[in-house]
Amino acid sequence: MTIQLTTGAPGARILGFGSYRPRRRVTNDELAQRMDTNDEWVQSRVGIAERRWAEPDETLVEMSVAAGGKALAASGLDAGEIDLVLLATTSPPKAIPGLAPRIAHQIGVPRPGAFDVNAGCAGWCYALSAAADAIRSGSARNVLVIGGERLTDYTNLDDRATAVIFADGAGAAVVGPADEPAIGPVVWGSDGDLHDAIAIPENETGMSMAGQAVYRWATTKLTETLVEAMRRAGVGPDDIDVFAPHQANLRIIELMAKRLKLPERTVIARDIVRSGNTSSASVPLALAALLESGEAKSGDVALLLGYGAGLTFAGQVVVLP
Amino acid sequence: MPSTADIQAGLAEILEEVAGVTPADATPEKSFTDDLDVDSLSMVEIATAVEDKFGVAIPDDELGNIKTVGDAISYIEKNQG
Repeated sequence: MTIQLTTGAPGARILGFGSYRPRRRVTNDELAQRMDTNDEWVQSRVGIAERRWAEPDETLVEMSVAAGGKALAASGLDAGEIDLVLLATTSPPKAIPGLAPRIAHQIGVPRPGAFDVNAGCAGWCYALSAAADAIRSGSARNVLVIGGERLTDYTNLDDRATAVIFADGAGAAVVGPADEPAIGPVVWGSDGDLHDAIAIPENETGMSMAGQAVYRWATTKLTETLVEAMRRAGVGPDDIDVFAPHQANLRIIELMAKRLKLPERTVIARDIVRSGNTSSASVPLALAALLESGEAKSGDVALLLGYGAGLTFAGQVVVLP
Repeated sequence: MPSTADIQAGLAEILEEVAGVTPADATPEKSFTDDLDVDSLSMVEIATAVEDKFGVAIPDDELGNIKTVGDAISYIEKNQG
């Protein structure tokens, strides 16, 4: 007997973005009062001028609901048209239950498929790919893809190596069907031999990061991921209007842009300067900010890359809504 | 095999490209951190550039032992093909 399959849309596209930034801004000067660091050091090493730290009422669920709700409104769809809700996060307060069902419920999406994705800082790009594939296969008509983090829950806020970097926030997009594909093939993978390069060590509660190892990996191995993502989508560096990699370190971002030989006119996402590293929220937060400010516009071709704990990576080319 | 002078010159080129160090300043006794203002992330970029240029591997744990330009020159000489 043959199992019958569904068929979906020829392609998928992003319909709208939404974001939530915690109220509290934390400057480098404020951090310098609690630890041995200073504004010049932080800006020159990681490029962060300020970041947002969530307050107790700004829970992972609340931030994700806010970002997801805005993305839904921007998409113009009704909640009932969403069949799948994905939450990319590395910082849930508890292992059980996953948060996507509750977030979907609070947004008002009736009984969707819903699950959490933990692929480190690459999580949102992994989930975006899963969403596009679900739409193309007919598993879902429209998908809400949220990246939400409260990394400060897993950061020792007195550790100058990590407290200056990690931050909180949520970004989201609604993905729907398209006759003309506007989400390119993903190039994803993992380097599990580097599993302890970004991790919460045994008997500790805060993250640690092997800065030099991650920097080396990101600035050498990931250029080929980006080149391959462009090749598979059938575009070249000159076609890239917006480059929005994970906002881990401004120096990594600039070095990647240089190695890719992106043209002068390409808008490079530098949301890290005011948002810090928000892990799986960073790519949608950066894209939402560029669209809000008008630096990026509808129809722009954007090259995305997520990478982080695992180590994991995922890159793809998309057309912005 | 390149001579010590060739290695020093090649290293000076890399230092200029990565960290804006004036080539004349890249002398063996200079400390990367204290004298040339090269930070830990720039050291990674220097290491990968040295790997490409001289065909030696510099893993992160070895990188921590390279403190001066002279240390880097001896490491390259010792580990080259």
